[in-house]
Amino acid sequence: MTAQSPLRAAFRQALGEAWAGGAGVLLPIGFFAGAAMLVPFTVGSESSQLSSIGTGILWVALALASLVSMERVFQADLEDGVLELWAQEETPLFLVAAAKIIAHWLVSGLPLVLLTPPIGIALQVDPGALVPAMLAYGLGGLAFFLWGGVAGALAASVARGGLLISLLALPLFVPTAIFGALATIEGPGGPSLLFLGATTLFALSIAPFAASAALRLAVD
Amino acid sequence: MAENAAMTPEFLIKAAGLGAIRGERVLFSDLSLEVKAGEALVLRGANGAGKSTLLRMLGGLSRPDAGAVERPVRHHWIGHRNGLKPHETPRAHLSHWGRVWGSSADTKEIAGQMGIERPFDVAGRLLSAGQKRRTAIARLLLADRPLWLLDEPFSALDTQGKTLVTGLIDKHRASGGAVIAALHGEAPFEASGEVQL
Repeated sequence: MTAQSPLRAAFRQALGEAWAGGAGVLLPIGFFAGAAMLVPFTVGSESSQLSSIGTGILWVALALASLVSMERVFQADLEDGVLELWAQEETPLFLVAAAKIIAHWLVSGLPLVLLTPPIGIALQVDPGALVPAMLAYGLGGLAFFLWGGVAGALAASVARGGLLISLLALPLFVPTAIFGALATIEGPGGPSLLFLGATTLFALSIAPFAASAALRLAVD
Repeated sequence: MAENAAMTPEFLIKAAGLGAIRGERVLFSDLSLEVKAGEALVLRGANGAGKSTLLRMLGGLSRPDAGAVERPVRHHWIGHRNGLKPHETPRAHLSHWGRVWGSSADTKEIAGQMGIERPFDVAGRLLSAGQKRRTAIARLLLADRPLWLLDEPFSALDTQGKTLVTGLIDKHRASGGAVIAALHGEAPFEASGEVQL
């Protein structure tokens, strides 16, 4: 109980911060929808062409949108001195980092997953495949946020670290993007979904430790 | 007997042979200090002399470039940043850290003690520098921790605020606590020792 309450408090604080101002919720949504909606204008609205690349477009848009608001997640904590306080607590910093990333994902990542069916329909993707595909987008999105969190922690002490975050995180997205794209094509029950889940579990087991090591460096 | 010694350590913090290097410059070296219950140590030095660096090493935020810090008790930290978020009210701030520390202290009462009752529900970004400082210092009252590490605790405080914080420090020392403070100017409390950097 006593070990859990600091974490619950960290989670609550992160949720509150993500909601405050509203940009944490709306910015990635706007970016996600906007980026996906540009595609029909650039490649043409022919339905056979669009439907064959639609799921892939959603993956690219999801990957990029998950990085949009990552810059502030840890940088704000460093600037206002909250990170100093957490770094001196007995609660392991990797758990605090994980709580913050998960809270951020709930507020800005989960809405993107819920948005994939309407945007997929606009991209002429087979509507029957869209709802099962949400599982893949959800798993993949979580991995994107975890790796993005590591990059955000590394860039926390860098002014205008947004570019650095993209450079650091995008290569880490590759395995998730590969298996995610295959899983949405295969549909549920295919082996790629399991591999996608494995990449997310891998991220879940590595990212909190990497992020907390980066935060220790940033706070030093 | 060994267990007894661990239960009631004779010192609250001890540092031996501390050294700090910034770039090519040695800020300080071979610095040793020990603080026991009831003591108040003041860190002095010009801007950039390494007061904050030393305090961060003592708190465990920075790894010493040489030497070691031994800190058998829990401590409170008031850095030069207040730790208050722009959207956070003093009420939210104190109840948040109260939850983290498992404290059952009455935040409203602490706010009264610190003179921040009026802006208790005002978001951090709208508070004055002094009100933010008072909110940060109010954290000291949330949980009973023997050692206080304070970086310029009196900055931004008015005369009344300074008196208030001096009173807190005196009371804390009287009840067996200890304070290490980086300070500019005169210490309004009676220091038991000084480290000149």
